[in-house]
Amino acid sequence: MPAPIRLRELIRTIRTARTQAEEREMIQKECAAIRSSFREEDNTYRCRNVAKLLYMHMLGYPAHFGQLECLKLIASQKFTDKRIGYLGAMLLLDERQDVHLLMTNCIKNDLNHSTQYVQGLALCTLGCMGSSEMCRDLAGEVEKLLKTSNSYLRKKAALCAVHVIRKVPELMEMFLPATKNLLNEKNHGVLHTSVVLLTEMCERSPDMLAHFRKVCLVPQLVRILKNLIMSGYSPEHDVSGISDPFLQVRILRLLRILGRNDDDSSEAMNDILAQVATNTETSKNVGNAILYETVLTIMDIKSESGLRVLAINILGRFLLNNDKNIRYVALTSLLKTVQTDHNAVQRHRSTIVDCLKDLDVSIKRRAMELSFALVNGNNVRGMMKELLYFLDSCEPEFKADCASGIFLAAEKYAPSKRWHIDTIMRVLTTAGSYVRDDAVPNLIQLITNSVEMHAYTVQRLYKAILGDYSQQPLVQVASWCIGEYGDLLVSGQCEEEEPIQVTEDEVLDILESVLISNMSASVTRGYALTAIMKLSTRFTCTVNRIKKVVSIYGSSIDVELQQRAVEYNALFKKYDHMRPALLERMPVMEKVTTNGPTEIVQTNGETEPAVLETKPPHSGMQPGNQANDLLDLLGGSDITPVIPTAPTSKPASAGGELLDLLGDLNLTGSPVSAPAPQISQPPFLLDGLPSQPLFNDIAAGIPSITAYNKNGLKIDFTFERSNTNPSVTVITIQASNSTELDMTDFVFQAAVPKTFQLQLLSPSSSVIPAFNSGTITQVIKVLNPQKQQLRMRIKLTYNHKGSAMQDLAEVNNFPPQSWQ
Amino acid sequence: IHFILLFSRQGKLRLQKWYTTLPDKEKKKIVREIVQIILARNQKTSSFIDWKDLKLVYKRYASLYFCCAIEDQDNELLTLEVVHRYVELLDRYFGNVCELDIIFNFEKAYFILDEFIIGGEVQDTSKRSAVKAIEDSDMLQETVEEYMNKPAF
Repeated sequence: MPAPIRLRELIRTIRTARTQAEEREMIQKECAAIRSSFREEDNTYRCRNVAKLLYMHMLGYPAHFGQLECLKLIASQKFTDKRIGYLGAMLLLDERQDVHLLMTNCIKNDLNHSTQYVQGLALCTLGCMGSSEMCRDLAGEVEKLLKTSNSYLRKKAALCAVHVIRKVPELMEMFLPATKNLLNEKNHGVLHTSVVLLTEMCERSPDMLAHFRKVCLVPQLVRILKNLIMSGYSPEHDVSGISDPFLQVRILRLLRILGRNDDDSSEAMNDILAQVATNTETSKNVGNAILYETVLTIMDIKSESGLRVLAINILGRFLLNNDKNIRYVALTSLLKTVQTDHNAVQRHRSTIVDCLKDLDVSIKRRAMELSFALVNGNNVRGMMKELLYFLDSCEPEFKADCASGIFLAAEKYAPSKRWHIDTIMRVLTTAGSYVRDDAVPNLIQLITNSVEMHAYTVQRLYKAILGDYSQQPLVQVASWCIGEYGDLLVSGQCEEEEPIQVTEDEVLDILESVLISNMSASVTRGYALTAIMKLSTRFTCTVNRIKKVVSIYGSSIDVELQQRAVEYNALFKKYDHMRPALLERMPVMEKVTTNGPTEIVQTNGETEPAVLETKPPHSGMQPGNQANDLLDLLGGSDITPVIPTAPTSKPASAGGELLDLLGDLNLTGSPVSAPAPQISQPPFLLDGLPSQPLFNDIAAGIPSITAYNKNGLKIDFTFERSNTNPSVTVITIQASNSTELDMTDFVFQAAVPKTFQLQLLSPSSSVIPAFNSGTITQVIKVLNPQKQQLRMRIKLTYNHKGSAMQDLAEVNNFPPQSWQ
Repeated sequence: IHFILLFSRQGKLRLQKWYTTLPDKEKKKIVREIVQIILARNQKTSSFIDWKDLKLVYKRYASLYFCCAIEDQDNELLTLEVVHRYVELLDRYFGNVCELDIIFNFEKAYFILDEFIIGGEVQDTSKRSAVKAIEDSDMLQETVEEYMNKPAF
């Protein structure tokens, strides 16, 4: 077989390929040649072939058949082989490959090789991609090399140790003795890597941190830093006139960790920080890099206020710098410090607001977040103007966050109700389709609360959707308001601005167009239909028209609309006497407090569908024992245990307060003032508290079952399906006791197959009174995305007649309507 | 540093160094994504991009883009200096380095990088020492004759 072509030759040839197909052909040919060469166990050309393979790998072609060959190269005595072998190992043999571990022995031998460059190769490879097993095996060797006097090896060993610690944190102790003398080195490489090693140790272990503080690490570092700054020009480590900036920055970072929450350490570094901050050249990026790190350190440790002001001023100067990168970095840092040093940052507000107009996306985002953080009672009008302008012109990816932020800020600092409503209107009309869905209930609540503004609000909303009803959140809010305050609209009662002349028919026209329009989402249609219904009590001349509309939708394809229409129809027919009461004006809603000022990305996710999902297992693991018992008893394999959660501990989840209100009602399980019988509902509260619960039974009608009936304890399951999320079934259990003694400390646990998710809400009590005189109620929410047949294993524990009782049962008689 | 990528203006990868373990397919996906993002940026934007939970720092030197992915607590401005230092090292070794040098001597480019950075951290801040180590290692490499005659194991 002729000698395989050289690497350069191959590269040249492949580059002449004019099409992808041609290239592929060449590569395949060469790969075939390489494969046969490998099979022949050719020692002479293995290195060349692997090098070529690596090139092809970089182009994106598979190279796994070269893995073993890399190993052979590493084991070879020839240095050339080893170099390519280790390179190949680093590129092809990461720890996910089976043959990875075979390297261990070779590396071990090479770590003790007589040539330092071979040792270096081994250290480098181990430090870049050694697996945990390898690290465990070879940590001893690395530790030995850490103590060598050869600085070339020492610095590599230090970084290798860093990697070992990252992979196997328990081994950290082992390297501690070697660190004692590390900082006495003159060699910058060793110094730098030692600082990195110390940083890694301090970050990972508070014990180490305490230890290093005790051994006066801070003064040592301060001294080194001082020498760096004061010493003259050192051509080897100089970057644009600054002496070894890499080392300076790393030292500053380590100082930051040491000084955090520690007064003594912080005091020891105050001087040097001030010195660095004032003496560093700012004309080049290097200097700014050091200043940046200094600012971060100053802000993070317990520095004195003068120093902090100095730091913020540096950031302010950064903001005015022409270099985009510097501005970016300044905004990021200001964002981190705005909470603690609010006033100082306020001074730079106008510069920050200017950054909103920057072309760079990342800068704009940070400027936006920072602006929201800086809004307060004094500057709200001005800031809002800027922010609304920004909302208008910014990229779509920002609009949602910006809108939410504006709503939040407006809520907290609105100077007047009218201003507030105007701002909301402005947001809805400019970015209406980007407003988060959960902002709608918030807005509605806001509107209800501003009683005197109702007429004004509804008038403005009406005008807004008259022209354009494609923006869903806007239309939803508008529909709701029109439904509630339509009478005000028609009677032209607006005081704030010129009242418009609107007839009842015109109002119904617009609502009907919303219903018919293709642009309207199903949810929006629901709003519109309910609004029309509500108007039946508020309008006088058009009731017949309303009746007609409602009956048409009784046969709508959309199940949601159909259900509502049918119910409303029933309202007209059988329950007409109740209609006015049911469709009465909504009362002012109780507002639960929201999050703090800078929560721009609201945790608004707690709307109904989210609440119904189980919390991630590791956070709910506290009542672990109970769950484990269940798991053991069930033999665990196909059933995931459910930890009964206690969701009442987070009463004020921001944003979804309205929805949570009804959620709260359910959790206590006790009879509440709401007209709803306490069957839990994923409520569309906004459509009017009255309408939903009364009719769900009629419409839904899923038969309830007796899940368990033994020893006088009977447990019934009643079902509801969620209107908003078809995968959710809400089960209400009622436990009753027909014996003559109470059952106390009753605990109900349930487990479902893996494809389901389950959430158990708090029970109404833990005592089931005797003689069926009372029940315990508890709500279970089951998420069944794959619509599989619902099965459940339940475990009951309680005390009865002085003894502890426990029982397991399987519930298999779920009616199909509860899970299909 | 989590990984370093070098690619041309046409999006062809010239060097990739990963300091974290990821499946091959994942790596390819990431490379494609990042190349796309960076090539789409215009001159006026900053050198930093927020990407997933990492920060991307990139800089263009002639026809090559150098991109590093760093963690949240790493200093972006300093990373720019790191990239610049690597380019300086390449320049020192190859003498007026250009993209072709890196294409045809990619293994050397890797060697230099490995002499400068281990496990995602800088090992030596001296301009001379990294290049000197590589040159010394080159001397250690056997000549063709020596290579053919020396036993492998």
